[in-house]
Amino acid sequence: MVRYILRRVLYFVPSLIAIYTAAFLVMHAAPGSPFVEEKNLSAEAIEQRKVEFYLDEPMWKQYLLYGRDLVTLRGHTSIKYENRNVITDILAPAFPVSLSLGVCALGLAVVVGTAAGVASAARPRSMIDYVSMAGAMIGISQPSFVIASLLALVFAVALGWLPVGGWGSPSQIVLPALALAALPAAYIARLVRTGMLEVMSADFIRTARAKGLPERTVLLDHALRNAWLPVLGYLGPAAAGIFTGSFVVEKIFAIPGVGQHFVDSALHRDHPLILTTVVLYAALLVVFNLLVDIGYAWLDPRIRYE
Amino acid sequence: MSEPGPTSGSAPAAGGRAGGPAGAARPALSPLGLALGRFRRNRLALAGLAMLAVVAAGLAGGAAQEGAALVRGQPEPYRTPQAGVHPQGPSLDHPFGTDALGRDMLARTMVGGCVSVGVGLAAAAISVAIGTFWGIAAGYAGRGVDTFMMRVVDVLYGLPYILLVILMLVLFAERTAWVRGVVLLLAIGGVSWLTMARVVRGQVLALREAEFVQAARAIGSGPARIILKEMLPNLAGTILVCATLTVPLAILQESFLSFLGLGVPPPLASWGTLAAYAVDALNPVRVYWWMLAMPCAALGATLLALNFVGDGLRDALDPRGK
Repeated sequence: MVRYILRRVLYFVPSLIAIYTAAFLVMHAAPGSPFVEEKNLSAEAIEQRKVEFYLDEPMWKQYLLYGRDLVTLRGHTSIKYENRNVITDILAPAFPVSLSLGVCALGLAVVVGTAAGVASAARPRSMIDYVSMAGAMIGISQPSFVIASLLALVFAVALGWLPVGGWGSPSQIVLPALALAALPAAYIARLVRTGMLEVMSADFIRTARAKGLPERTVLLDHALRNAWLPVLGYLGPAAAGIFTGSFVVEKIFAIPGVGQHFVDSALHRDHPLILTTVVLYAALLVVFNLLVDIGYAWLDPRIRYE
Repeated sequence: MSEPGPTSGSAPAAGGRAGGPAGAARPALSPLGLALGRFRRNRLALAGLAMLAVVAAGLAGGAAQEGAALVRGQPEPYRTPQAGVHPQGPSLDHPFGTDALGRDMLARTMVGGCVSVGVGLAAAAISVAIGTFWGIAAGYAGRGVDTFMMRVVDVLYGLPYILLVILMLVLFAERTAWVRGVVLLLAIGGVSWLTMARVVRGQVLALREAEFVQAARAIGSGPARIILKEMLPNLAGTILVCATLTVPLAILQESFLSFLGLGVPPPLASWGTLAAYAVDALNPVRVYWWMLAMPCAALGATLLALNFVGDGLRDALDPRGK
């Protein structure tokens, strides 16, 4: 297992290089220059900016130069936000915000989703089952901007219980965390319920009941352990996505997180910002995917990695 | 498992059909016939099918309106602003109310559904086709193949889908609405199979070590047989639930692009653009609830129906029964 983990960690390097390369190619496949919007720039100024953003160099050199800026963590000036370094001025302050909001939201989603899924599967076709699955349907079927806007309208504007937006105090986390948790909680609840129902008719569950284990132990120790496998597969990428923020939730609640930069960098073709956000997201992703695979073997000892 | 082998491949279709009209004359014994019988006894699943039929009729109506407008070469009244009317609540003339430009929300919801459901179905089809194949191949082959195939998925995952979709849409921004629509479908579909591949592979890893698979291997079953006869029935539940969940996710991704203003272009609409438009108009002083509620309800009802049908299929296809 230790060897497996070490080997996977070694794979991080080629993985990240592959993702960086793919992002670089996709970025350059889009036509047009990043400077088309600034028509009032003189030819000289444009030339100067081209040099600043390596656009006067051949592709392979641009690839290496941006790669060097990333590997050395030195960063590069953003195109959209002039004179601001993408790492030290833009992502370094924004990432902790998205991360703390994401941890709250994901914790909420795991607890609520698992509880609802187990409760549903314990008594299928009961009132609890219908209520939690109806809740899950709402979470899955409604766009996050609708959920976030309605939460803000009801709890912030109409009832005045919580602040409308902003960042800094604990009360400002509640509404965005709820909005962010709605979809993963609903997804987890459905996966847990399906997994539990599949496993409940298995022989080892009958054995566990036959030897007189309390229902609680059967459900939580025996059934849930197996039902959680698909949830793990879902959690890896979900965590990376949630920890790097959500454009919609951050926009509606005026939160200075990372989510906005994914959209803004692509829309403005801010090359340094695109590459840096992609590599940040990718780094989180490969780490979480490794954690998921370790989690598989921990939950189900029959799974072996050589 | 071994004795009905050679016949069960061809029998299901015949058994299912013969068991239907002939009624009790000849009980359907094939796996698919039994599954059909179980599905037909599931009232929730049938209700889901009925809801889907209503939605499909509405979408067909929307497509017909759109087609007629194309043939006549004139925009429909629901696409052009109407003079002197503000958002009106639901009435006999406009059962879903009208929007701020006086356009009929029922017609817009019907036309918008075509785009939304089209995106959802295309994404589900792509993700079932590629994701299932990829997940089974990686999980079953194991070792180097598994490592390689999952690293490919990691790399594709590593690119935030929103970046890909936005850059693809920018790339085709100058083209016609049709081309952009197809690009939207492919972009959303092309990023949705990765989750399916990972989830299926996780299940296959567990199944590969399961006793009945080892037993099948011990009596000399080949990989094709083990995958199709032993593993796939056990994966069907996961695949179906994943597919029914992919449809809503794809529709939501389209609605997110609408929120960014990158969805279908203005005269057209999708449930996402309608909801985004209504959220813009949302304010605590005057609540035009129908503008938000109608497209969201259509979205919710469609996805609910899909889920009922998906659950019904899962229960019906589960070889272990309940």
